[in-house]
Amino acid sequence: MTALSKSWERAVVPLFILAAWEVFSRSGFLPAALLPAPSVVLHTWGDWIFGFDETSQANTGRWFADALSSAMRVAAGYGIAVISGVLLGIAIGWWRWVERTVEPTIQMLRPVPPVSWIPLAIIWFGIANKPAIFLVFLGAFFPILMNTIHGVKTADRNLIRAASMMGATEQQLLRHVVFPAALPSIFAGLRIGIGAAWMLTVTAEMVAVKSGLGYVLWDSYYFLRYDLVLAAMASIGLLGYATDALIKVLMSAALHWQHGSTLQSREG
Amino acid sequence: MASIDLRNITKIYRDAKRKRDLLAIDNVSLSVEKNEFLCLLGSSGCGKSTLLNMIAGFEKPTEGTVTVGGTPVDGPGADRGMVFQQANLMPWLPVWENVAFHLRLKGWRKADRRDAAQEYIDMVGLRGFENHFPAELSGGMSQRVGIARALLLNPQVILMDEPFAALDAQTKMDMQEELVAIWQKQRCTVVFVTHSVDEALVLGTRVAVMTSRPGRIRELIALDLPRPRDTTGPRFNDHKRHILNLIREEGMQQRQAAVA
Repeated sequence: MTALSKSWERAVVPLFILAAWEVFSRSGFLPAALLPAPSVVLHTWGDWIFGFDETSQANTGRWFADALSSAMRVAAGYGIAVISGVLLGIAIGWWRWVERTVEPTIQMLRPVPPVSWIPLAIIWFGIANKPAIFLVFLGAFFPILMNTIHGVKTADRNLIRAASMMGATEQQLLRHVVFPAALPSIFAGLRIGIGAAWMLTVTAEMVAVKSGLGYVLWDSYYFLRYDLVLAAMASIGLLGYATDALIKVLMSAALHWQHGSTLQSREG
Repeated sequence: MASIDLRNITKIYRDAKRKRDLLAIDNVSLSVEKNEFLCLLGSSGCGKSTLLNMIAGFEKPTEGTVTVGGTPVDGPGADRGMVFQQANLMPWLPVWENVAFHLRLKGWRKADRRDAAQEYIDMVGLRGFENHFPAELSGGMSQRVGIARALLLNPQVILMDEPFAALDAQTKMDMQEELVAIWQKQRCTVVFVTHSVDEALVLGTRVAVMTSRPGRIRELIALDLPRPRDTTGPRFNDHKRHILNLIREEGMQQRQAAVA
């Protein structure tokens, strides 16, 4: 009963907004095409997904293909960013000489907004998946890298002492002490990174790619189909939310040892 | 042959900021026999932990040599188990994995590690807590895990750096009793750093009283008191009075030196 009333509490504000929006759109205060009512958006979205009456025109029934091509770009760019960001982050955090040689360059590249790489990405990689994957990588790489470095540098020296007392080699220290100690921080980077990854996929699809949710969004804007624009926005938000939820699940599984010892763990 | 041999140890810390060198330990020589329980007793800052860290291999003497079992110490190793002031357990591993961490490094299979850990978990009285995580343990329980972890190495020597300093009086007494029992059973060599005169007298077969700045060994006192030690008996108190006098003298000399 309490669980039910709690989920009801959560739904109050969104339901109120949707209802007000619906009423406002139907009031005729603005032309209906400029601010489509939620019911209209839902209808178009349904057709985009299931293809029942072609209200979404050429996009009818193509939602899964669009979502999949966006998701694949996110997965590829994000995957590369996770592997390279974590490995390089551990190296920079652990070995002083790596830090001295690599970090200045990275600090110089980091403030350059990933979207400003779009022109170069297009001339280097053409118009297809590659520039999008490159942008996603750039967006996710830096937060993952910075958080990994931070996690390694703040690892408890005493734990490293304890492990070397038990005969750990340097490689074992990295694997059995430094990496798990840095994991909470790494996960913080992974969650910031996944947000950046979706943002940059959509941006890249608006400019440099001819498929995916971002492409549909921008294309619909040209055709004045604001109902489709809104449906695309909602789809992106939903997928972003779902991937973040997935990382949260992975995180609470990997960091289950924090249960009861941190504030964060109480959220569940 | 002595189990641990410190020969003419001097340690100088270079204070780069103030351009001044600090003589922390001044020409200390000390031998610890096999199966001995040596307590290094001194006030904070006297260099007793530095000496222990040298035996452990975490620090190197500026001059002099440290040998354990005849071989010179060159970095930390599993032949010397250390119990730290804080338990320093891996917070992401349950109790039994912490105890068997050494075997994890050696690549043992999980089931074998689990079996091997049990013996030591039982020895320190933590049966039933095998799957708890460090965050769920009290300070005393964490230290027990730290002790079990050091014992599992089956080391020639166990080095303890004020392991009970953060515990309440009752827990401390229980832990001291258990430690003596374990030491008697395992027949290992223990070097135990403490600043508590009572603790040194309850535990040690010998007490090395250290002076501070620079750290020297003021006096080595052999304790032939029967165990369990009666902390209210006349002979215990004689030793205590003697050591307290040494410490008081030392403090007075230091204050005079500071004034002069």
